[in-house]
Amino acid sequence: MTVGIEHYITVSILLFSLGLLGVIVRRNLLVIYMGLELMLNAANLALVAFSRFNNDLDGQVFVFFIITVAAAEVAVGLALIVALYRKRRTAHVEDLTLMKL
Amino acid sequence: MAQLPDILFYVFGFLTLACGFLVVLNPFSTNPVTSAMFLVLTIASLAGLFVLLHAFFLAAVQILVYAGAVMVLFLFVIMLLDLPAEEKRKVRTAWVILGVISVGGIVAISLRALAQSAPVSEQTPALEGSTIPLGRLLFTQYLLPFEIISLLLLVAMVGVILLSKKDLK
Repeated sequence: MTVGIEHYITVSILLFSLGLLGVIVRRNLLVIYMGLELMLNAANLALVAFSRFNNDLDGQVFVFFIITVAAAEVAVGLALIVALYRKRRTAHVEDLTLMKL
Repeated sequence: MAQLPDILFYVFGFLTLACGFLVVLNPFSTNPVTSAMFLVLTIASLAGLFVLLHAFFLAAVQILVYAGAVMVLFLFVIMLLDLPAEEKRKVRTAWVILGVISVGGIVAISLRALAQSAPVSEQTPALEGSTIPLGRLLFTQYLLPFEIISLLLLVAMVGVILLSKKDLK
């Protein structure tokens, strides 16, 4: 059986679910960020697969923009984590209960 | 007899998912550095999948930007923070079970939708995602988003500098 778009979309769905699982299960801010990166990459894979099998290059341009935005997002997010760590000495979401009633 | 690209798809797809799993739930270590290293492997195998989809430029960008810049930033911050307590904290089994149940539902719905979707035509695609057509598209049709993204990067840079000031109000 030749590999078609369904195979790539299946991998994309599974990778997205792994990222979501990481965000739900893990309690370390940095690992939660890595889960977010996994989800972004899964979306990228789906876009590239659709682009390839629709003979349309627009999807790849979107992926290019997503990679750029993800880089900016990681820079800002990690700066926030460092600022948070400097104030509270923790990078664990269970210790950040300031908004809890 | 399977073709070579198909075999490579299964190799890279398996590597992507296995390393992605080890990022999230590594049974041997909860150290963020281990997760980051497996994330590098995941991204590298995704670049392999991009090459199989003939998106050569994006594969190169994926390696350079993600596996290079972004992951170095991740490792830099992890080692800067130096989280010694993280090793002691275990991932709780109850959370894993709840997470797997909820995420499994989402996966089941998505895969069912995929299985029920209309079959695609079996023509071989002729699209080549090399640098020249992508660059042409980027500088004609998508010129405005391209310029806006440069502004976004500038804003992110200024924001990061502001956030990492010592006396953050």
